[in-house]
Amino acid sequence: MSRAMKDRLIWAVTFLVMLIICLPGLWVVLSAFRTNGEILTKPAVWIPQNLTLDNFRAIFGLGENVLAIPVGSYFLNSLVISVTSTVLAVMIGMSGGYAFARHRFPGKSGAFLWLMLSRTVPGIALSLPLFILWSWIGLIDTKLGVIVVYTAINVPFTVWLTEGFFRQVPRDLSEAAQIDGCTPWQAFWKVEFPLARSGIASAGIFAFLTSWNEYALASQLTRSTDSKTLPVGLMDFTAQFTIDWAGMCAMAVIIIIPALILTFLVQKHLIAGLTFGGVKG
Amino acid sequence: MAEVTLRKIVKNYGALEVVHGIDLDIAHNEFVVLVGPSGCGKSTTLRMIAGLEEVSGGEIAIGGRVVNTLPPRARNISMVFQNYALYPHMTVRENLGFSLKIAGRPPAEIEKATDEAAAILGLADYMDRTPGELSGGQRQRVAMGRAIVRHPDVFLFDEPLSNLDAKLRTQMRVEIKKLHQKVKTTIVYVTHDQVEAMTLADRIVIMKDGHIVQTGTPLEVFERPANTFVATFIGSPPMNLVDGVVAGGEVRFAGDASLPVPPAFRGRVQEGQRVTYGFRADNLMPAGHAMTGIGETADIDLTIALAEPLGAETILLSELAGVEIQGKMYNPRAVAAGERLSCLLALDHAHLFDAETGASLRT
Repeated sequence: MSRAMKDRLIWAVTFLVMLIICLPGLWVVLSAFRTNGEILTKPAVWIPQNLTLDNFRAIFGLGENVLAIPVGSYFLNSLVISVTSTVLAVMIGMSGGYAFARHRFPGKSGAFLWLMLSRTVPGIALSLPLFILWSWIGLIDTKLGVIVVYTAINVPFTVWLTEGFFRQVPRDLSEAAQIDGCTPWQAFWKVEFPLARSGIASAGIFAFLTSWNEYALASQLTRSTDSKTLPVGLMDFTAQFTIDWAGMCAMAVIIIIPALILTFLVQKHLIAGLTFGGVKG
Repeated sequence: MAEVTLRKIVKNYGALEVVHGIDLDIAHNEFVVLVGPSGCGKSTTLRMIAGLEEVSGGEIAIGGRVVNTLPPRARNISMVFQNYALYPHMTVRENLGFSLKIAGRPPAEIEKATDEAAAILGLADYMDRTPGELSGGQRQRVAMGRAIVRHPDVFLFDEPLSNLDAKLRTQMRVEIKKLHQKVKTTIVYVTHDQVEAMTLADRIVIMKDGHIVQTGTPLEVFERPANTFVATFIGSPPMNLVDGVVAGGEVRFAGDASLPVPPAFRGRVQEGQRVTYGFRADNLMPAGHAMTGIGETADIDLTIALAEPLGAETILLSELAGVEIQGKMYNPRAVAAGERLSCLLALDHAHLFDAETGASLRT
């Protein structure tokens, strides 16, 4: 096979795979700009006949038909919960990752294995115990309740990812910094932290995306506009006998955009991070 | 004044003791080299002086001040690491000035000090590069520059040349020695390379298994090794060692070979005592290819197994009482394997060691 042929084949296969991956997302985005009528027509209309922004107008209460969905509150809840739990998870996970990478202590490998094993438990399996526990201590339908859960979910992964990065920063550098006059704390922030930055950034993105997109647990632990997040808010588009597909898709687009922007902003770190630390770590 | 004093220094990791009560006095401005095979505790000792390892027992003092519990930053020391340990995210200039910046010195002073260090080490052209863009030798120089910038009381070097190729190593060795002459400071230098130790040190400290085996100037440890370990560790090729028994002013070896008891050891050995006879290749020379003025000699006929011409001299491999020994031919001619040569052994440079303990019988 000639080189050109091979290249073309690779392109074709890549295109096909990307199409399969992207098609559902594309359909969501398309549907966000169509009417419910067109979405539900049989036979299906593949090429949209008339695009409209009505669905978005409805969500933001700008058009004639106003939806009774408090998207603003949900967005704020999602933002507060995701950012807080990400910051917490990165701080705790980074400390843990550093400790695992740098220090010897009894039960270290056991503890590390235990952290990893916690990842094997499907999140939904936690929902009932969590629900009972949270209702006892009054954390149901609070942002704090969700933040605690997301932080706990994200910490093990953050520990694992940052541990790999800190392990690749030679120990000598911290020692050299301490001889140069740093306290261990200064040595960490001035030398080790900057060098593990891409790994920490990757861990942060993953934690944020996990929190931002999580649905199963949030749907159990939240009730009202006090704590409901955007993914849970999607369910507001379902009534007893109808589902407002167009509205739901429009809201899904709103959920995707911030995650997309964030990923773009840090993709340099993300790629460097995953190839540098993830593979070898 | 920054003399370094170690008193009964012990280091253990749990039940494992790796340094067993070392005593060492290092004078102000002295260049001391700790040398020994890997695992002898030399690096651990250096790291205890630096404050990077806790001292399990004993006392370390720098400039008369006990520093056992002081963190590295409070000891006013500098250290050059084996892998340089330059900060990869900073330029050469930032690397050099880091310690002064941490100390909160004004920018003008930092600039002056870094420029000075850069001038001493020839780094002026690389100031805005990062360590990743430098060659091994340049990185080594930056590491040294970072160490001298703050005018420490003591310099610590942890095998600084072992990552360099042979040619660069020789070159940097000279630079380190020059550096010591320029910035008079106490230096403690760790290496496993006896050539580095010999060429750099004012005084060599030879360590083995967590003990100090011998301390002395390079010539002292070369000419008067305290035991067979030092005899084989210092000098290249290692000292020839052959076991024998003292009999009538001679040492008899297995077979019928024998050599006279060296002058320095006469009266120090008893009839029938089991000893190890030691001599260096430099002092075993074929007749007619020897050095002059070598004092009392013994004659010995050897069959040459292998000749290694080095140009100015040829290393000869032979056998004495079943033990492989090496000699040296000065002003060499071609030597064929199997050739039989009558050789001279310079007895003033021969040694006797206790066959059991390996300790020198000189004292």
